[in-house]
Amino acid sequence: MIEVKDVYKIYKLGDQEVHALDGVSLKIEDGEMVSIMGPSGSGKSTLMAILGCLDIPTSGSYFIDGQEVEKMSEDKLANLRAHKIGFVFQQFNLLPRTSALENVMLPLQYDGLNAKMRLEKAKEALEIVGLAERMYHHPNQLSGGQQQRVAIARALVNEPAILLADEPTGNLDSRTGAEIIAMFQKLHRERHQTVVYVTHDSFTARHTERVIHIADGQIKREEMIAEPLIAGVAHRPEDGNNGSALDKQTGKKKEK
Amino acid sequence: MNVMVNVRVALRALLANKLRSFLTVLGIVIGVAAVVALLGVGRGATASITDRVASMGSNLISISAQRRFGPGMSSGTSVSLYFSDYESILKNIDGIASVAPVYSSNFTVNTSSRTSNYEVTGVTPNYLDVRSYTIAEGRFVSEEDYLSNKQVVVIGSQISTDLFEGLDPIGRKLKIKSVEFTVIGVFESSGSSSGMSSGDNIIVVPLSTGYSKLFGSNAMSGGKQTLSSIYISAASADTVDQVISDTELLLRSNHALTLNDDLPFSVSSQAQALETLSEVSGTLTAFLGAIAAISLLVGGIGIMNIELVSVTERTREIGLRKAVGATRKAILFQFLVETMTLSILGGVIGVLLGSLIAMVFTWTGMITAKVTADVITLAFFSAVLIGLFFGIYPAFQASKLRPIEALRYE
Repeated sequence: MIEVKDVYKIYKLGDQEVHALDGVSLKIEDGEMVSIMGPSGSGKSTLMAILGCLDIPTSGSYFIDGQEVEKMSEDKLANLRAHKIGFVFQQFNLLPRTSALENVMLPLQYDGLNAKMRLEKAKEALEIVGLAERMYHHPNQLSGGQQQRVAIARALVNEPAILLADEPTGNLDSRTGAEIIAMFQKLHRERHQTVVYVTHDSFTARHTERVIHIADGQIKREEMIAEPLIAGVAHRPEDGNNGSALDKQTGKKKEK
Repeated sequence: MNVMVNVRVALRALLANKLRSFLTVLGIVIGVAAVVALLGVGRGATASITDRVASMGSNLISISAQRRFGPGMSSGTSVSLYFSDYESILKNIDGIASVAPVYSSNFTVNTSSRTSNYEVTGVTPNYLDVRSYTIAEGRFVSEEDYLSNKQVVVIGSQISTDLFEGLDPIGRKLKIKSVEFTVIGVFESSGSSSGMSSGDNIIVVPLSTGYSKLFGSNAMSGGKQTLSSIYISAASADTVDQVISDTELLLRSNHALTLNDDLPFSVSSQAQALETLSEVSGTLTAFLGAIAAISLLVGGIGIMNIELVSVTERTREIGLRKAVGATRKAILFQFLVETMTLSILGGVIGVLLGSLIAMVFTWTGMITAKVTADVITLAFFSAVLIGLFFGIYPAFQASKLRPIEALRYE
């Protein structure tokens, strides 16, 4: 379970203070699948970085499984990132000139496992994302969707409590994006993986059980989805009216 | 998190970036090789000059005419050293073990198959004692050869090889300025390849024969026989200074010079020459040291350049590694191992390459290079330390960033 209480993140730009996060509180239970939705500049990526322990809040507190994150030492934080959190980036962030398998093995290098165990776990993770037959390919020999699947395998390889993804479909076309979301849904369904992802797209957001709407650094609204869309089956509406209630509230235009 | 895993991580990172690794190593190799080769050659040159001077004989004092250039003189006028000066030194100066007069000039020397130009030196039998040469084969010019103007010659080992191509030269004939001489001995090779005082390239004839058959009017001045130099071997090191001042006084009186006149001869001991040379070689070493320092600096800048160029990519890589759970210590250790591997590899190859260049100098006979342990140590550790610093410093900076900042670094 993760819990955020009254978190602020303030950047200084010259004399001006920018409140990227302006008093955010939220709670995500184990086994939930949640999306965080908002327009660009709403602070959703900042929130994600804090959830992933990649950044620290200016004030407020953050608990993972009851442990308070800001009170942790650097090494404890690293340990937390290694064991509790799997993070998927918009730009994939794979090491170039390094095979898919070795990219997936990267988190295990800091885990004290022996070589055989590392190899087994990495292969297993690649099988889960369906890339077992391409494990020796380098990132530049893989398509965007395949690269993102390698990144997901890397995030999964340590069997993290929480899988976090920052705009995981942002750099992909809609069909490939749907494959990635389908992957998350499968992990959630079959392995009860806690999944949290950020998107600016309400269609993508509606594939989860809960959508947290964020704008101007504040949570505006939470919406429970009784029947989440099924990735690959649901079709993106073309009239722009799907989920219109949400869009009227956030004032954001729907993307095609 | 064990050490072996860290080492493996570092080596894998190096292999994944072969070109970058290669360029970094190259920078270090060039820096180290330049210093090793340069200092090796410099030290070798200094050592060979000093050795050569030292090998000319202990307690040796040499007297030679100085060409004087000055106002009111036609350039190059010289006062000659006469054979009679030698005789008066022999008669009047105390504390002398031996005195050897010498006249040298260049002549065409030919055998049936070879013709070449060499310096031919006319000597007396005691030349051998004064100049500490040894005879490898045959014998030296004897008293009898000298007194009866024998047409005999003693040659250096290099000349023997050049003229007789490996045949035993003793008893063979050669012609100097069309005058036939018989080879009676060969000097022992001194091992050094060239130079003014090496015994390998000299041709020696009895001085008397030289005057009568070879040197002709060039060796005459005002009806008197002249000399190029007179070598004196002092009886002991303690008498050297006394012999020099006595000889200077004697020369003044022989040439009718007062104490106020400049002495047109140089009378100097080997000790003085060595002192001068060690000053010169000190300057030479300092100069080479400065050039070597520049090479090392340039090599160092090369290393910095490569390391800093790769910082952007490495910063993002560090961000990613931290994001997936690497501790700061793990990151620093990885970069320490990476740069140490590159630096040491570069240092070792650089030392080998530098030594090879120095060896090439030695093989071609230009200079016997001396690559010493201190040169290797200096070059190796300077370059390795520069490499380590510029390899680790950016990593150290990047490891301080929060993962999200490092990942955003452009």
